[in-house]
Amino acid sequence: MSEIFEHYALLTIHDLSRLCTVEPQHILALVEEGILQELPESGGESRFAGETLRRARLALRLQHDLELNLAGVALALELLDEIHHLRAVMQRAGAYP
Amino acid sequence: MEFKDYYKVMGVARDATEAQIKQAYRKLARKYHPDVSKEKDAEARFKELGEAYEVLKTSEKRAAYDQLGTGPRAGEQFRPPPGWDAGFEFSGAGAGDDTDYSEFFASLFGREARGGAKRRRAPSSHGEDQHAKILLDLEATLMGGQRSLTLRAPGLDADGHVTTKDRTLNVQIPRGILAGQSIRLAGQGAPAEAPGGTAGDLYLEVEFNPHRLYRVDGRDLYMSLPVAPWEAALGASVATPTPSGEVQLKIPAGSRGAGKLRLKGRGIPAPTPGDLYAVLEIALPPAPDEAARAAYLALAAALPFNPRAALGA
Repeated sequence: MSEIFEHYALLTIHDLSRLCTVEPQHILALVEEGILQELPESGGESRFAGETLRRARLALRLQHDLELNLAGVALALELLDEIHHLRAVMQRAGAYP
Repeated sequence: MEFKDYYKVMGVARDATEAQIKQAYRKLARKYHPDVSKEKDAEARFKELGEAYEVLKTSEKRAAYDQLGTGPRAGEQFRPPPGWDAGFEFSGAGAGDDTDYSEFFASLFGREARGGAKRRRAPSSHGEDQHAKILLDLEATLMGGQRSLTLRAPGLDADGHVTTKDRTLNVQIPRGILAGQSIRLAGQGAPAEAPGGTAGDLYLEVEFNPHRLYRVDGRDLYMSLPVAPWEAALGASVATPTPSGEVQLKIPAGSRGAGKLRLKGRGIPAPTPGDLYAVLEIALPPAPDEAARAAYLALAAALPFNPRAALGA
């Protein structure tokens, strides 16, 4: 039975590092830059929602492929979010695509 | 195999400096990066660009590549001359692990040129996880059900040539999956390098084809519902398709164009399902003949109506 990963996944820094095949410090750097957000503390180790995996992979791709620094990655992601939101608004209005 | 003109791909002259090549790469990478680009062939262009940069940024590889001259005309068959690379040493600092290079690249620089560090590691007992994007019809999330998907993966054949292997998978699509979410298939990733290890997992990230009727916003669906002017003005009950079958939708009297009618729970399924919004679109009947013209004129005479009152005209 296949399931929707985001519905059940609760990820640690370690999980993310393994799933993105990077060292944990690269994931930590994304967290420190505010690119990835941990779930509100439930005591002990940080946990991340399943959606974080997609965002982490996207951030690492941009960082690597476009040779961006972390602030640049953060800015790019915020702008992509904004574009995504605007496209949704246009789509609701039937104007896109 | 096809000769690739890496200078042309990067849009630089054959005597471009390292700085010019780097600059060209960055500019084109931002333009064609599949995560940010809206260009149609962004993914292919970006891959080609990465390959060109991989060669031209390294002075050894660039010098070796330059030995080949300008190659046959684009598209013609190409074989590297024997011993073409004598005297060059490729240290092979790889690009990204996801990069799959063309046959042309692989025949010149070998597959080892990619991700060198990775190969030197001890065989892992856990195979690599693999990620792929899949494009589904919206019906897949609305109804769920089995889909047969073909994934392409680069691999090596027995002679060490690069090939793409098609792999067909039957995947149960979970109802209610949204664009950007992933289906995880445990043990369907790369096999473990060490004997007896466990295979990695396969993550399929879902995107949807544009739908004929519905536009998606989160779990909600939007559709245009054309109505006649009298249906909007007087109210009516009109047949409306929804993902779970046709319904009779009540149009309230005095409805306006672009007004939204909500069909609760008829969006994408979930414990709290999304809604379906019918966006009214007032369609004008054409006036091709005298009878229709007469009807319009009678309407104009009966209804003193100035649609531009708000303009002060």
